[in-house]
Amino acid sequence: MRPCGTFDVNYEQDLRIVRTPAQRAWAIVGLIFLLCFPSFAGSYWLSVVSIIAITVICVQGLNFLTGYCGQISLGQAAFMAVGAYTSGIFTNKLGLPFLVALPSAGIMAGVIGLIFGLPALRLKGFYLAMSTLAAQFIIVWVIKHLDITGGTTGMTVVPASIGALSFASRRAYYYVILIVMLVMLYFAKNLARTRVGRAWIAIRDNELAAQIMGVNIYYYKLLAFFICSFYAGIAGSLWAHYLTVIHPDHFVLMNSIWYLGMIIVGGMGSITGTIFGVIFIKFLDESAASLAPALAVMFPAVSATIAASLGLMFFGLVIILFLIFEPRGLYHRWEIFKAWYRLHPFSY
Amino acid sequence: MSTFVQLILTGLMVGGIYGLVALGFVLIYKATRIFNFAQGDLLMLGAFFFWTMLVQARMPLWAGVLLTFAFAIAVGFLLERAALRPMLGQPILSVIMMTLALSVFLNGLITLIWGATWRVYPPFIPARGISLVGFTLSRQHLFSFIIALLAFCAFTLFFQRSTYGLAMRATAEDHQVARSLGIKITLIFGLTWAIASLISAIGGILLGSISGINLTLGQIGLKAIPAALIGGLESIAGAIIGGLIIGILENLAAGYIDPLVGGGIKEIFPYIILVIVLLFRPHGLFGLKRIERV
Repeated sequence: MRPCGTFDVNYEQDLRIVRTPAQRAWAIVGLIFLLCFPSFAGSYWLSVVSIIAITVICVQGLNFLTGYCGQISLGQAAFMAVGAYTSGIFTNKLGLPFLVALPSAGIMAGVIGLIFGLPALRLKGFYLAMSTLAAQFIIVWVIKHLDITGGTTGMTVVPASIGALSFASRRAYYYVILIVMLVMLYFAKNLARTRVGRAWIAIRDNELAAQIMGVNIYYYKLLAFFICSFYAGIAGSLWAHYLTVIHPDHFVLMNSIWYLGMIIVGGMGSITGTIFGVIFIKFLDESAASLAPALAVMFPAVSATIAASLGLMFFGLVIILFLIFEPRGLYHRWEIFKAWYRLHPFSY
Repeated sequence: MSTFVQLILTGLMVGGIYGLVALGFVLIYKATRIFNFAQGDLLMLGAFFFWTMLVQARMPLWAGVLLTFAFAIAVGFLLERAALRPMLGQPILSVIMMTLALSVFLNGLITLIWGATWRVYPPFIPARGISLVGFTLSRQHLFSFIIALLAFCAFTLFFQRSTYGLAMRATAEDHQVARSLGIKITLIFGLTWAIASLISAIGGILLGSISGINLTLGQIGLKAIPAALIGGLESIAGAIIGGLIIGILENLAAGYIDPLVGGGIKEIFPYIILVIVLLFRPHGLFGLKRIERV
C-alpha cells in the first residue's frame, strides 16, 4: 500500500522502484551507511556484514526458484561450491583476472545446474528437490575426489584484484561484495517485474493455467533454475575470494537447507523479504553461538554437544514456527506495519 | 565371477534395509503427496534410542526393541499432530519445507543428546560369517535382510487386509472420497507418520547393527529416496525392489569403480542412478504416470 497522495500520472512513475521522497531519503541514508560502514566497524561486524551480503546474493537466486517459480532446490550450497571452485581455478591456475572469473563462476554454476535441472523440470511436482539433492551429494563428492580442487585438503585462492587495484584486505574487499550485491539485487528487482518474473509467478500459482495462457513452462522453469544457480555461482566466487581458503565442507547439504529457511523466514517471493530472512537467521545463528557457552555451564550434562546442536535446533524450531504461524514471512509483517503506520490514526 | 556374485549378495542384503526405509518414504508420499526429508533423521532417532535402551538402560533385547517401537510410534504421532496437522490445506511446497525443518530440528536434538561419537550395539547377532554354496555372508547382513523382508511382508499384509490399512489406501487415493466414506483423515495421517517412523526405526536398528551408529546414519537413510524413486513413488512393491536395486548397484560400483576413482563411490552412486532414472524413466518402474486434463 502506498502512502496517501502518491499516484502515478505517467508510465515512468509507474515503473519507478523508489517512489516517495521518504523512500528516497531512506535509500540514500542506507547507502551512505553501508559505504561508510568499514570505516567505523570492527573486524567482527565487518565479517558478519560481508557474509550476510554474500548470502543475500545466494539466497536471492534461490528466491527466484522457490519464491517465484515454486520449485525447491536442495543443492544451492553445491552450486555455490561450483562457483567458488571455478573462480579459484580460473584465478589461481589459469591466471585469469577476477573480473573474468566472477561471471564465469556464475555461468559455470548455471550450466552445471542445468544438467541436474533438465531431467527433473520436465516433470510436474517437486522432482527438482530430488535431483538437486543428488546434485548436492555428487558435486561435493566430485570436488573431494578431484586433484585440481585440492580434494579434502581444500584450496587456497588468491585475493581479488581488478587491474592494479588489490582487494587483499577484507575492508577493501567489502566494497566489491557490496557493489556486486547491489547490482545483483537491482537486477533481481527488475527481473521479478518483467515478463519472466510474471511467468514464474503464474507457474507457481497454477501450472496448468499458466500453460493455457501461453507460458512455456519448460523454458521458464529451466530459466529460473539457471538464474538460481547463476546467483549461487556469483556468491560462491565472492566467498572464495573473501575467505581465500575454500574447502568442500563449506558447502554441505545443511547449508542448502539454511538458505531455504532464510527464504521462508523472510517471505517467499519478495526481494526485500529475502534480505530480512538472511539477516534474521544470521543473527539467530550468531546469538545461538554466543549463548552456547552460558548454556553449557547451566546444563553440564550436554555441555560438549550444545554448541553444535543449539544453532540447528533454533533454526529448525524457527522455521517450524514461521511455517505454522506466519507462512508469509517477516516481509508480510513489515507490510502490515507499514500500512498501519501510513494510516495512523485511522484504521483504514 | 565369484566376486561378482559375492558383491551382489551383500548388496541384496543391505538393499533390503533400503527398501524398508523407502517404504516409509513411499507411504507418506502416497497418503499426503509430501516428500518426507526427515526420514533419515527419524531413522537416526530410532537407532540412537535403541542404543540408549540397550547400553545405557541395560535392558534385555526384547524390551529394548519393544520400547524403541513404542517410542518411534509416539514420535510419529507427535510430529504429525504438532508440526504437520497445522499445515493441512497449505501448499505442498510449505509442507515439504516443514519436513526439512523437522529434519534440521531432529538432527540438532540428536546431536544434543547423543553427540558425535561413534556408538556400537552390543553384539546381539553373532558376527561370525556363514557360508552359502561357496559364498560367505555375514550373519548380521543375512539377519537384517530377513527382518527387513518380514517387516515388509507384515506391512503389506496390513495394507491389504486390515481395516486401517484399507482406510490408508483409500486416503492415498482421494482425500475427499475417503472422508465421505467416513474415514477420519487426520487419524490416518497420524497413523501414516507413526508407521513411517516405526519403519525408519527398524531400518535404523538394522543399519546400526551392521555398521554402528553415528551422525552420518541419517545420510545413509536418505538413500531410501533414490530407492523409492526407482521403484516409482506410488508403488509399495516398487519400494522394496528399488531398495534391492540400489543396494546391488551401489555394491557393484564399490567393487568395480572404487579402484579407479580412489574409493567412496558408494556414497553417491545411488544419486547418480537417481539422475539417470529421472532422465529415462521419471515415473520409476512401477509408478503411476499422471495425466492431467482440464
